[in-house]
Amino acid sequence: MTDAASGLGWWGVPLAVLAGAIRVSTPFLLVSLGECITEKSGRINLGLEGVLIMGAMSGYGASLASGSPWLGVLAAGAVGALLGLLHGILCSLRRVNDIAIGIAIMLFGTGLAFFLGKPLVQPQAPMLTSLPLGFWSDMPQVQSALQINPLFLIGVALAVVLHFAFRYTRWGLQLRIVGDSEMAAKALGYQVIPVRIFATIVGGFLAGVGGAFLSLYYPGSWNEGLSSGQGIIAVALVIFARWEPMRCLWASLLFGGAGALGPALQAAGFSGGYYLFNAAPYVLTLVILIATCAPNQKLSGAPGELSLVR
Amino acid sequence: MKNSKFSSDRRKFLKSAGAIAAISAVGMPYMRNAMAADKLTVGAIYVGARNDYGYNQSHAQAVDFIRRMPGIKVVDEEKVPETIAVQKSMEAMIQQDGAKLIFATSFGYFNPHVLKMAEKYPDVRFAHCGGLWTEGKDPMNVGSFFGYIDECEYLNGVVAAHVTKSKKLGFIAAKPIPQVLRNINSFTLGAQSVNPAITTTVIFTGDWSMPVKEAEAANGLIDQGCDVLTCHVDGPKVIIETAEKRGVYSCGYHANQASLAPKGYLTGAEWDWATPYKMLVEATEAGKPMINFLRGGLKEGFVKMSPYGKAVPAKARKVADGIKSKMLKGDYVIFKGPIKDNTGKIVIEAGKSHGQQDVALEQMNYLVAGVVGKI
Amino acid sequence: MSNRILQKSEPFLLLVFAMLAAMLLFAMFVAVLGQSPLAVYQLLYEGGFGSAFAWQNTLLRASPLILTGLAVAIPAQAGMVMIGGEGVLALGALLGAIAGLMLDGLPPLMVQSGILLAGMFAGACWSGISGWLRNYRGVNETISSLLLSYIGIALLNHFVEGPLKDPASLNKPSTRPLADSYMIGNLPGMDVHYGLLIGVVCALVAWLLLKYTTVGFSLRIVGGNPRAAMMAGLRVNRWIVLAAAAGGAAAGLAGAIEVAAVQGAASASVISGYGYAGILVAFLARQNPLAVIPVAILIGGINAAGGMLQRRLEMPDASVLVLQGIVFVLVLGSDTLRGRLFSKMEVPAGNVAMPVLTEGAK
Repeated sequence: MTDAASGLGWWGVPLAVLAGAIRVSTPFLLVSLGECITEKSGRINLGLEGVLIMGAMSGYGASLASGSPWLGVLAAGAVGALLGLLHGILCSLRRVNDIAIGIAIMLFGTGLAFFLGKPLVQPQAPMLTSLPLGFWSDMPQVQSALQINPLFLIGVALAVVLHFAFRYTRWGLQLRIVGDSEMAAKALGYQVIPVRIFATIVGGFLAGVGGAFLSLYYPGSWNEGLSSGQGIIAVALVIFARWEPMRCLWASLLFGGAGALGPALQAAGFSGGYYLFNAAPYVLTLVILIATCAPNQKLSGAPGELSLVR
Repeated sequence: MKNSKFSSDRRKFLKSAGAIAAISAVGMPYMRNAMAADKLTVGAIYVGARNDYGYNQSHAQAVDFIRRMPGIKVVDEEKVPETIAVQKSMEAMIQQDGAKLIFATSFGYFNPHVLKMAEKYPDVRFAHCGGLWTEGKDPMNVGSFFGYIDECEYLNGVVAAHVTKSKKLGFIAAKPIPQVLRNINSFTLGAQSVNPAITTTVIFTGDWSMPVKEAEAANGLIDQGCDVLTCHVDGPKVIIETAEKRGVYSCGYHANQASLAPKGYLTGAEWDWATPYKMLVEATEAGKPMINFLRGGLKEGFVKMSPYGKAVPAKARKVADGIKSKMLKGDYVIFKGPIKDNTGKIVIEAGKSHGQQDVALEQMNYLVAGVVGKI
Repeated sequence: MSNRILQKSEPFLLLVFAMLAAMLLFAMFVAVLGQSPLAVYQLLYEGGFGSAFAWQNTLLRASPLILTGLAVAIPAQAGMVMIGGEGVLALGALLGAIAGLMLDGLPPLMVQSGILLAGMFAGACWSGISGWLRNYRGVNETISSLLLSYIGIALLNHFVEGPLKDPASLNKPSTRPLADSYMIGNLPGMDVHYGLLIGVVCALVAWLLLKYTTVGFSLRIVGGNPRAAMMAGLRVNRWIVLAAAAGGAAAGLAGAIEVAAVQGAASASVISGYGYAGILVAFLARQNPLAVIPVAILIGGINAAGGMLQRRLEMPDASVLVLQGIVFVLVLGSDTLRGRLFSKMEVPAGNVAMPVLTEGAK
């Protein structure tokens, strides 16, 4: 089919990838920045998938009950922080493994969210609004693509702030030392366990907010299929990004944009092999990983105390 | 070591079982079950969540309807995967609850799961939604029921054709299976009956519930100029909401989603499963033979249309209502030759027509001309 | 009673305590929701373990979990955290189904062996990629296994709905079905297919190999300290790839069994969460291949009993997810009490069963 009057034809594909990168990437971005903070402290929280789903459910519920989507976002963050606190405390106990507890939290968060979220599937909660940054264009497609949610901007700003904070601030240094060498941190008089618990709480908060983005903005609904593994993928993206906040941003945008490729190609009329196109984000990430990793070498930038990476 | 753990659990459970027996006078749930001896026990199994505001909910509503029928006891399970789990769920309903009639509502349950259980339990009836029961091949205690919802899709298409300005419609579907293709084709044929130049662009998301991908698909279609969207996925909520947000029209599916899109909701194709459920339950109660092949459309009350939204012009209502009244009389044929598929091949020859009951339609493997997409 | 006996029984007692605490918490959760905890537990017992039927139901649900649990536990011996079992299983099912169709006409036993071997081969290759990438490209195996899992699922979907679709499969796109005579049957006198036996045997073999041969020793050194392993003359690379491939073979086998014993064809129905559940099983079993068996049975039993809660008490399906979540948090958290329950005597730090958990990162 050729493009009709108001369609964009093949130009729709790059536009959709760009718009998709912005729309779809926010949960990845928020979760991966949170996990980045947690992992910098030497802990890994694989449970952020469960935290994200719990955040999505409680954010939706809170927005519905209070009428204010931003209260929903806060509630989601608070619930996420609570789950982060649970993870942080449990993993501070001797002999308790953070990967295992993460998997337990994933299961617990998902189960609880599904259980409590049953009555929230049908009602419509107030949604977050977005900023119309495409006002300068007359094309509705561009206007729509540049409908940008403040949470995305907050995420971008946070990536920049963290980039500098890790390097140049006192608490950034403290976090990194705690994550790199427990012994060195103790020698410097830093309190290792409180720092780690705090880092996990912050990570949980951001993952909860990421969940609220899913349920309160895009796609903007609560149901049990809402997360298709965004939380766990975001954790993987942190390793992909080598614990660099700015790289977390690029990785999230890449992943979101690649995810928009499949539907955009079909919308433009190219629809063979859609399963393979839908797998594009995974293939692309893997290819980049293979191309950029160095053999027989520890991942550069990995916090020394991190149990997942040797 | 591990075995002893279980036996210890077992002892503990036995103890609590004793405790329960002691206080069961209060009326424990399992006692209710024991007392229900002369009631007909009906089981129902859903593949998704009971309240998904979509396909599974449409079935759960019918189950709630038969739950209120006198002399019927209902047990149901949600989110049962199409594995050994569904076989065991059916068997547990039979063995532990005494179910005599089981509704298995996901297509993937039919072969091998329902067929296997039907052979094992010849005195239990299995009603499967969507399957194609074949005489001489499949057991007599199995029946398949389904609704001709493509009639509603055709009417959706007729209404959509009246409001579209771009002459491009969008259809978001999960997988290119015959049931879905029939809906896409009917929707398109309905629209083309008003204006033959109209096209439908279809996007397959690959699975029944993928909210993010569905929202992306909706945005992609709107960006390409589609100004009426409809869908065939398990929960249409996200798609209807996205259409409303972007200011385009939508037609619903499974249930009435009008409240999600007060401005743009045109009408929708809804299930009314209570009709076949009631027929199957009554046949079982009366001891009549199992209804092996049960189908129905608007006329039989298996499906229905959502009330028209306020965006639907009077002319569209008149045309659609005209066709609907023919369908209600049962003399409207949607798939009437000549029909070409979208590669140019003739799939239904001139002069040939497939009535709704024709099972050839249940094996559809093409998209009609005017559909943009590939299977 | 000597101290030694107490210490030996400590892990078991801890498990019991943690389970009891979890059950107490879940009882409170249930009570808050207005259900009787006693009724809930009575039904859980009845549905999972209370009768011959319940036991067979439980064992059937447990059998794929034993294999997908091994898919995590075996690579963990070499210090790898692999979480891609779902996609590996999908490819095992796909290749198993293809093998079954290609071998059509041969005697049943040969066809069945062919299906199972093909599934194992597919799984070993797919999962072996993660091991290989880790060695030769330094790619983290947790990420690569996760990404490969999604890709594997996409491949299965693509092939069963595209090139390999049986036109007669209509609304459930599948490969052409195996003939009934090629299907794997039930264990004698039981309503449980041979997949259970295969899983148990695999777990036993893995456990014996790891405990009583140098294989396990080598893997643990490789997982604990690659440099020491190299100095001891071990080909670290080879061991890593082998461990990843062996785990993949287990998941692939689970997929092939799903085709040959349950579904009769490969379709999207095989993607039902067995691979993800395997991660839970392996971690609750502390990566011990032998402990994988009872843990899989426990999870299988809870899942079997979940139906009972839905049918009798009209509780939602997620109830058992909440129960499992609480059990996991408490059982894994109870690790902290290990070696501290009865005496001040320290148990040696490097527990053999969980190299990941103790030697870890440094």
